[in-house]
Amino acid sequence: MERTQEFVPKPATPPVSAAEAAAAPAPAAQRNAFEIAELSVWYGQKRAVQDLTLNIPERTITAIIGPSGCGKSTMLRCLNRMHELVPRSRMTGSIRFFGEDLYASRIDPAVVRRRIGMVFQKSNPFPTMSIAENVTVGLRLNGITNRAYLRARMEESLRMAALWDEVKDDLGKPGVSLSGGQQQRLCIARAIAPKPEVLLMDEPASALDPIATMKVEELIQQLSRDYTIVIVTHNMQQASRVSNKAAFLYLGRLIEYSNTDQLFTRPREKQTEDYISGRFG
Amino acid sequence: MSRSASNHGARKALSLCVSTFTFLCACLVVAPLGLVFVHLLRAGAGSLGFDFFTHLPTGPGEPGGGMANAIAGTLVLLGLACAIGVPAGVLGGVYLSEFGSPRINWTIRFLCDILNGVPSIIWGIVINALIVIPMKGFSAYAGGLALGCLMIPLVMRTTEEVLVLVPHGYREAALALGIARWKTTVHIVMKTAARGIMTGILLALGRVAGETAPLLFTALGNSFWNNDLSKPIAALPLQIFTYAISPYENWHHQAWAGALVLVAFIFTLNITVRFLTRGKPVRI
Repeated sequence: MERTQEFVPKPATPPVSAAEAAAAPAPAAQRNAFEIAELSVWYGQKRAVQDLTLNIPERTITAIIGPSGCGKSTMLRCLNRMHELVPRSRMTGSIRFFGEDLYASRIDPAVVRRRIGMVFQKSNPFPTMSIAENVTVGLRLNGITNRAYLRARMEESLRMAALWDEVKDDLGKPGVSLSGGQQQRLCIARAIAPKPEVLLMDEPASALDPIATMKVEELIQQLSRDYTIVIVTHNMQQASRVSNKAAFLYLGRLIEYSNTDQLFTRPREKQTEDYISGRFG
Repeated sequence: MSRSASNHGARKALSLCVSTFTFLCACLVVAPLGLVFVHLLRAGAGSLGFDFFTHLPTGPGEPGGGMANAIAGTLVLLGLACAIGVPAGVLGGVYLSEFGSPRINWTIRFLCDILNGVPSIIWGIVINALIVIPMKGFSAYAGGLALGCLMIPLVMRTTEEVLVLVPHGYREAALALGIARWKTTVHIVMKTAARGIMTGILLALGRVAGETAPLLFTALGNSFWNNDLSKPIAALPLQIFTYAISPYENWHHQAWAGALVLVAFIFTLNITVRFLTRGKPVRI
């Protein structure tokens, strides 16, 4: 994974980047991508997330599960500072990203979001742009003009998103001309084109049909070789299929967090068991 | 049951009466437009010729002549109006849609709507007092400024309306890619709504193109070519006004021809708007 020089102005104290991590001889110990400590989030008077503490290891797929309104998406959006865009939202606690405080005053949220990409529930390719332009928009609007590099990144990202073969002859067509499942994979390609280190996914397959869902799930598993992936889902089968670790949230609190197979086969908590066995939620 | 059945004929008749009446009212709305067009064509088309678009006005009683300077003057004034009204209006709309807080926005919108209701002659008087008198002379600048001020609230509200229609998901997607806020606003949000913004600008232009009152005290009018924007300049509506109140028969004909040209111009603007918004109602 080679990072172009012009991209991403280095933060004041450079954290260990993916490039350095890849260059290092096979890291034996797995580091934590995120260290979340006592995270609470309010929207106005309403507390959405309460005293959340957990570590998310790098290069794994971590699923966040729980019923609607339990704070899954809010927690995810705290990881790339997207929750700040909601008016009257407020946060306490700390989130460290490879050891660095994401919320330190010198940190530019835009830089955070370049290193921590995001895929949304509803696919949202930009309607004014072609397929190719959609993929490279994150690079182009952040100052990269080298056409050969853009072209290479575009193809590479579309290949990683398992979309290249389907669109390689139609790169100039509007992104919104694709089918729903293709649009979502286009959005994944768009999110990985700037080479983020982490991919956050907010119910990426909940608007897709089963076949498109399967494709996206396969894609997620492939991406986990290079990326840290945090995926929010209310689909428990999906969580058990794709993830290595799983966290169960209920009413804004973390109820249980362990390896996925353990959480689904031998849950420690009664609430987790009730939820995964379909007794509520 | 039986009552309503016996009523059936009467209800049907009433329904027919009311729907016919509303149809006639709808026709009444369109009728003036037809009247204007037919009359303008009959009275003005005869005086329209190549000379009308290429020649300066002639004196009273002299045949021939045209309104070339007034047509050019109107285009110059509209250009000046755009230079003032478009940046202020579009950026104001961007503020309302993308940045302002609810309370400030409410105030601005309210004031903007009041501004929209200010009679255009007031603008003429205000610009006259603020610009013409201190500068000691009527000028194209003053006329352009008066028209530009009229455009600002119109452009601002339409811009805001089309920007608000851009789904929130696009903004989020762009920001989540680490794209700066201003780039997201310009390259994603405004670009998505570009046709709608353009439509708003053209509608505002059409609205001010025929304004006469604000120009009376600012641009004044001119019988000759004007290469100096700090001097009085001719404009179609002013020329029509001057000619129409004159006692000379051939000037009256010229006034009709000028009116026809002005209406055709505004008509063209509106057709362009239709073309821009064709098929998809301000597609976002």
